Amino acid sequence: MLVNQFLMLGAVLFCIGVYGVIARRNAVLVLMSIELILNSVNINLLAFALRNGSADGHTFALYVIAVAAAEVGVGLAMVLLVYRNRKSIALDELAEMKG
Amino acid sequence: MLAADLLVAQNIGFGIIAVIMVVGALRVVTTSNVVHAALWLVTVLAGAAAQYVLLAAEFVAVTQVLVYIGAVMVLFLFGTMLTRARIGSEKEVNNKNWFMGVPIAVLLLATMLIALNDGFGSEELPADPDTLVNTQMISDQIFGPYLLPFWALSFVLLAAVIGAIVLARRD
Repeated sequence: MLVNQFLMLGAVLFCIGVYGVIARRNAVLVLMSIELILNSVNINLLAFALRNGSADGHTFALYVIAVAAAEVGVGLAMVLLVYRNRKSIALDELAEMKG
Repeated sequence: MLAADLLVAQNIGFGIIAVIMVVGALRVVTTSNVVHAALWLVTVLAGAAAQYVLLAAEFVAVTQVLVYIGAVMVLFLFGTMLTRARIGSEKEVNNKNWFMGVPIAVLLLATMLIALNDGFGSEELPADPDTLVNTQMISDQIFGPYLLPFWALSFVLLAAVIGAIVLARRD
């Protein structure tokens, strides 16, 4: 197996995730796109861990998974709060903090 | 089975899983039904777990299944159902200028693919089983040099749990 096939798969998933973050208006769908990005990062970390024969990449991947779980928990709580206050989770309507 | 046959089998497996993952990821960012997007995300996450197994990272693969497919997807489905009056398609899931994402993503992808091609070309992954990372080495890492980040991560998770409760409770 080539190193590049995993890295390129990660790159493709990353770009799809970036597109989702830019294009989506629904906050839950933006969070899902962020999950895609984090997963592509994990694929890269594990590919490099295998290439270098070190366990550092595995450790980092586990930490990324844990941080992503925390991020989803807080993110969805915030989405829930916004929905309760405004009856909508469209991100472009949240413009109060615009300078 | 010969080593060469195993490599061919690995490559075929990689190709099939990669195609499933890319199609699933594209559906996640294009479908207009939030529940469908969550279910397509499950295929991408399961495919990622399979790729981790191909990368000889079985512990991370199991963690991926437990945490992502188990916990995070339940959170997403709950979030979807709590923020939606009805299950089904929504008209306005995309921004008005969503098409600007296409050139940005394509340019980013082209840059990354060129850079990866330049940097790694046709470098092979090592196939020697003696150099593989096992779970014992991961635990030695986590409870050795990475102990402080592990503690910090525990506090991050604690703060996230308390924060999520404080944010979401109704009072």
